[in-house]
Amino acid sequence: MKRTGAQILCESLLKEGVEVIFGFPGGSVLPLYDTLPQYPQLRHILVRHEQGAAHAADGYARATGKVGVCLATSGPGACNLVTGIANAHLDSSPVVAITGQVARPFIGKDAFQEIDITGITVPITKHSYLVLSAEELANVVKEAFYIARTGRPGPVLIDIPRDVFVEEANFHYPEKVKISGYKTTLQGHPSQIKKAAKLINESQKPVILAGRGVIISGAFPELKELAEKAQIPVITTLLGIGCFPEDHILSLGMIGMHGMAYANMAVSSADLVIAIGMRFDDRATGKVSGFAPHAQIIHIDIDPAEIGKNVRVDVPIVGDVKNVLSELNKHVEVQTHVDWIAQVEEWRRDHPVVVIRECNELLPQFVIRKIYEVTNGNAIIVTGVGQNQMWAAQHFWYNKPNTLISSGGLGTMGFELPAAIGAKVGKPDETVWAIAGDGGFQMTIQELGTAAQDNIAVKIAILNNGFLGMVRQWQELFYKKNYVATPLSNPDFVKVAEAYGIPGLRVTDKKLVVAAIQRAMEHDGPFLIDFVVEPEENIYPMVAPGCSLAEIIEAPWNKVKIKAGSQETSNL
Amino acid sequence: MNSKTKHTLVALVEDKPGVLNRVSSLFRRRNFNIESIAVGHSEQPGLSRMTILVDGATTAVEQVRKQLDKVIEVVKVIDISEEPIVSRELALIKVNATSSTRSEIIQIVDIFRANIIDVAPSSLIVEVTGDTDKIDSLYNLLKRFGVKELSRTGRIALTRGAGAIKVEEEQPEDQIPKAKKTKPAQ
Repeated sequence: MKRTGAQILCESLLKEGVEVIFGFPGGSVLPLYDTLPQYPQLRHILVRHEQGAAHAADGYARATGKVGVCLATSGPGACNLVTGIANAHLDSSPVVAITGQVARPFIGKDAFQEIDITGITVPITKHSYLVLSAEELANVVKEAFYIARTGRPGPVLIDIPRDVFVEEANFHYPEKVKISGYKTTLQGHPSQIKKAAKLINESQKPVILAGRGVIISGAFPELKELAEKAQIPVITTLLGIGCFPEDHILSLGMIGMHGMAYANMAVSSADLVIAIGMRFDDRATGKVSGFAPHAQIIHIDIDPAEIGKNVRVDVPIVGDVKNVLSELNKHVEVQTHVDWIAQVEEWRRDHPVVVIRECNELLPQFVIRKIYEVTNGNAIIVTGVGQNQMWAAQHFWYNKPNTLISSGGLGTMGFELPAAIGAKVGKPDETVWAIAGDGGFQMTIQELGTAAQDNIAVKIAILNNGFLGMVRQWQELFYKKNYVATPLSNPDFVKVAEAYGIPGLRVTDKKLVVAAIQRAMEHDGPFLIDFVVEPEENIYPMVAPGCSLAEIIEAPWNKVKIKAGSQETSNL
Repeated sequence: MNSKTKHTLVALVEDKPGVLNRVSSLFRRRNFNIESIAVGHSEQPGLSRMTILVDGATTAVEQVRKQLDKVIEVVKVIDISEEPIVSRELALIKVNATSSTRSEIIQIVDIFRANIIDVAPSSLIVEVTGDTDKIDSLYNLLKRFGVKELSRTGRIALTRGAGAIKVEEEQPEDQIPKAKKTKPAQ
């Protein structure tokens, strides 16, 4: 049957199970927008800036596990997607970005709103396509979705010239794709698995380091089985939070620059690190030469290029985490590590991170804790970047996967509001809280319009300290409090929200925090709370840049000396 | 550069527009030190063969291979440095030649079994085929006469014997991963 390119695209998207597109129209995509009403099962959500569309697609993908779709026109529209695409790339999020392009005769002639978006996104996409005929469009869509969601997920770009949308062709949706250059190893090699099992069975001080790969693979029961069978403490990276219930007795929290002191100490003393679905990012490892100095390392990951990239690995296992772990568990023996667990528990007691100091001021950590209590931990938390992100990671217990959505790899400020919108659209029955700093919030503040127009009931908590908090902290600790370009003069956020038709509250008194949160939860629709918090609160513990994980700066009110590995490091 | 540290990678890539861009963009952003790239059609239709010379002293070769493999249009990448190979490169060298220096240049060219393919009153063009080391040696010897222009193709290579780098139809499910210890990138 003959269809226009625009119809072929819509029908192909429906074949891929797409239900929502986050987009913004423009000249090059007008024929597509004109066709959309013919397909009412494709819900389009109009954003206010294309960056919001890309982040919303990313947030949607992380909350649902499906591929997120964003749409922009050519030229500036496509350029505005770039940050969001890079963000999805670094955090391995399955997103398909569709951009319009000028008509084929105009390509390469510096036409109006023409940009080489396929060239610009080469380093930040898994793959990209410039579709030169309506005939090939269906196949391109099938391939794009396949590449985006399989193996290590990532963003794929499809660039479609305006005249291709109008061109007619026969529509036949292919049954299968054949991409000869793309193959994923799903099963771990049996002899490697046996080697790993042997190391696990022999080790005295093992730790598991679990990352986002566990969540992508859905390997929660397998991870739990491994941890419980062999009694191994489980540490997660920021993006791995939620892959192992944080109220489990073996959960040791987060590793890294602002990870739990006891988690960093455990890794620094361990004799075996079982790294699962994580990539040894520098925020997690600290100084690489000082990482896990006494440990052998098993690395399980679906991407072979990550193995041996940052850290030397003793037993590499390439494969899908779920498959590898279920095989591995068959060879791992039931064990206990009584002394090691006791040591780890002693560190946990002596270096508590989740204790909030007593004071009259409204502390940002307190806000996060109250959100946890009021929601009973049943919420999806979408964070910005900086101090707000770290406090949200530390002071909320995440017991289910995909409950913490955060920009880890790229660290994009302004991720929180549009990603929360995407998450809520994907999971309308869940409570979704966006945790923002006053700085980052203003980067994508215009998406309040998106939430208002479609009545997307995200709850927004701004941790408003009048600073670019994380940068200010670094200026305080490393630049002698030289606060250059960090103090912020902010608008009245409640008035801004109300201008968008969204109700809001300001809270300055800690006694009113719970009531404000409850008020937000009761409201049927988006709600904003401006929490005016202690301005120069710092996030602890901290591993300074260039230092190893054993060199931990703890909060000044935590007086216990740290003994990690064989070193004694005192608080700075 | 010590020739022992040079690694030869062979990649079979799809003949699609933009592939060379993707590959060179990859090398640039990951700071891979690439000595030369030679690309041309292979014996398999729709596939081109890329021969890449990597300086192993300054670049983690295994990372180059693995990152290249991730590019969708790259169908196969193999490091053939450990195998017995034949490798060749072609160079054209335009060198100053006066009546007093011409015969010495011709003697050197003969020793290297190279050819003179252009003669002009004050210059000669030398065509030489051989392994990278042979080209380097001849070029170094000719430098003192004054080299006006040098154009090199970059190394191409085939493994000795009857084997061939081919793209199989079916990929086995559990491939043996490279379990070598690799140096961590600093």
